[in-house]
Amino acid sequence: MKVLTLALRRLAASLPTLLLIIAGMFLLLQLAPGDTVDALMAQMGGGDPALAADLRRFYGLDVGVAAQLGRYMMRLITLDLGFSAIYGKPVATVILERLPPTILLMASAQSFAFFFGLVLGVLAARRVNRWPDTLISTLGLIFYATPSFWFGLMAIVVFSVYLQWFPPGGFSDITQSLTGLAAVLDIAKHLVLPTLTLGLIFLAIYLRIMRASMLEVLSLDFVRTARAKGLSETRVVARHVLRNAMLPMVTLIGLQAGTMLGGSVVVESVFALPGLGRLAYESVVQRDLNTLLGIVFVSAILVIVINFLVDILYARLDPRITAGS
Amino acid sequence: MRAARAYLRSPAAVIGTVILLAVVVMGVGADWFYPGDPLGLAGRPLQWPGQNPRFSLGTDSSGRDIAAQIFHGARVSLLIGFVATSIAVVIGIAIGAVAGFYGGATDTVLMRVTEAFQTLPNFILLLVLVAVFGSTIETVTIAIGIVSWPPVARLTRAEFLSLRTRDFVQACRVQGLSDVHLILREVLPNALPPVIVYASVVMAVAILLESALAFLELSDPNVPSWGNLIGLGRNVLRTEWYVSAIPGVAILLTILGVSLVGQGLNDALNPRLARAR
Repeated sequence: MKVLTLALRRLAASLPTLLLIIAGMFLLLQLAPGDTVDALMAQMGGGDPALAADLRRFYGLDVGVAAQLGRYMMRLITLDLGFSAIYGKPVATVILERLPPTILLMASAQSFAFFFGLVLGVLAARRVNRWPDTLISTLGLIFYATPSFWFGLMAIVVFSVYLQWFPPGGFSDITQSLTGLAAVLDIAKHLVLPTLTLGLIFLAIYLRIMRASMLEVLSLDFVRTARAKGLSETRVVARHVLRNAMLPMVTLIGLQAGTMLGGSVVVESVFALPGLGRLAYESVVQRDLNTLLGIVFVSAILVIVINFLVDILYARLDPRITAGS
Repeated sequence: MRAARAYLRSPAAVIGTVILLAVVVMGVGADWFYPGDPLGLAGRPLQWPGQNPRFSLGTDSSGRDIAAQIFHGARVSLLIGFVATSIAVVIGIAIGAVAGFYGGATDTVLMRVTEAFQTLPNFILLLVLVAVFGSTIETVTIAIGIVSWPPVARLTRAEFLSLRTRDFVQACRVQGLSDVHLILREVLPNALPPVIVYASVVMAVAILLESALAFLELSDPNVPSWGNLIGLGRNVLRTEWYVSAIPGVAILLTILGVSLVGQGLNDALNPRLARAR
């Protein structure tokens, strides 16, 4: 219970941040050349000023900036993100449709990076300064330096074009309507390459942190005690060191949440995944500023929620946090 | 001196320096190695590397010399990386220094703003900035600087918080020196080393951000950029994959060089940490 109270307090503290983001972005987008109506008129192939004025009144663009911001904030409370002129649907609907692939991609990339970062970090720390460590650390450096979109393209060349193991893009096979387990497997198959692509840089970050953190914890007194009790090295690592060494990695999940969401913009474009990131890209290209603002709002909330979950997880791993407060 | 010796003794740092120097030479000497417009028509399109001795790295789908674009792209990437990093470091130090030095309400307000920037995914903020201000090379560089400062501010603030109560700062305060003098002349020089080391991370991220933006065709199309070339190569990926592969290797090596130099600097400037590793 205490854990939840603590995490909820942190969640409440992020509300002003959210307000700041929305107000800042709203005002920033006012500076953009042309508004929704201009984009719409351009799509229709032009029109007379009277029509433009009507449309502006319809979209609430005929009042001052401050009044527009006030209206927008009021509507946000009811989770109404406005109307997307480009998609012809409410922004909330458009975003909700695009959210599942992104969340799925982020979750699988996060799990992939976390698990292999952990394993490789432990392996490197246990063979510190010998060849497995050198190999793993070098690989980590190279993964960190690899641009994700480029890795994605090269993965398509190798695994889709030459080996033909995985589809080169898309979220599911649209040529056949699959149901049940077959549909799940189909989506999984489509997500393998995007997961590797998005997760690679985080794998590198996690393994580096895990290695350093393992080395630090291994030098602490309680580890010496555990060894003095005659525990096997595997048991020392698994039961005593791992839980403590994992804490910095868990912190990192929260810190990297935003970066990962940003990374999914690029990865979703490479693999033509119909997700939030691709929607962000499309709304920039199509100048659909209402949708873009909605995406900013939703991604900020997503980052805040991930941090909330990380807080809870962290408190579970480290009971000192709740005991100390 | 001791730091310089420690730096040169690390093989990783030396390799990083060599790579980075090579990229700098490519960028600086681009006009000398490949005079003329790198985006101009050079020969028959889509020649594989080695197929024609005139084009050591082949030509892209518009018949432009890939090697020339790699050399001129080095200049663009380094310039964007350097300028964007400078912008991020200056903003970050200014905000972090004021927040850490004064504390209290100033600190709270500035940290709220920093938090807002960190909550927003930086690539999405970058997209918004590009959507609003357009995508010339200047706006893209400034936008990358604007999305990259928050970690610098946090780091500077932490350094200032621990330094501002030290005796030497108190001594200067008693002498009646101005806050500006205290911040710039007394505290900042002591807070700078970790910030400079971190600048290498900012630079690596800045180069990656620009190339990702260029790949999405949202950066300046009129400059030879590695990201642009990867994006163009995507259309012929199935058969002529080298068009995308070559500039990617260039980006990878540059980021690797920047990271290794940063790590080497870190180890040389924090010998205590280096030994523990």
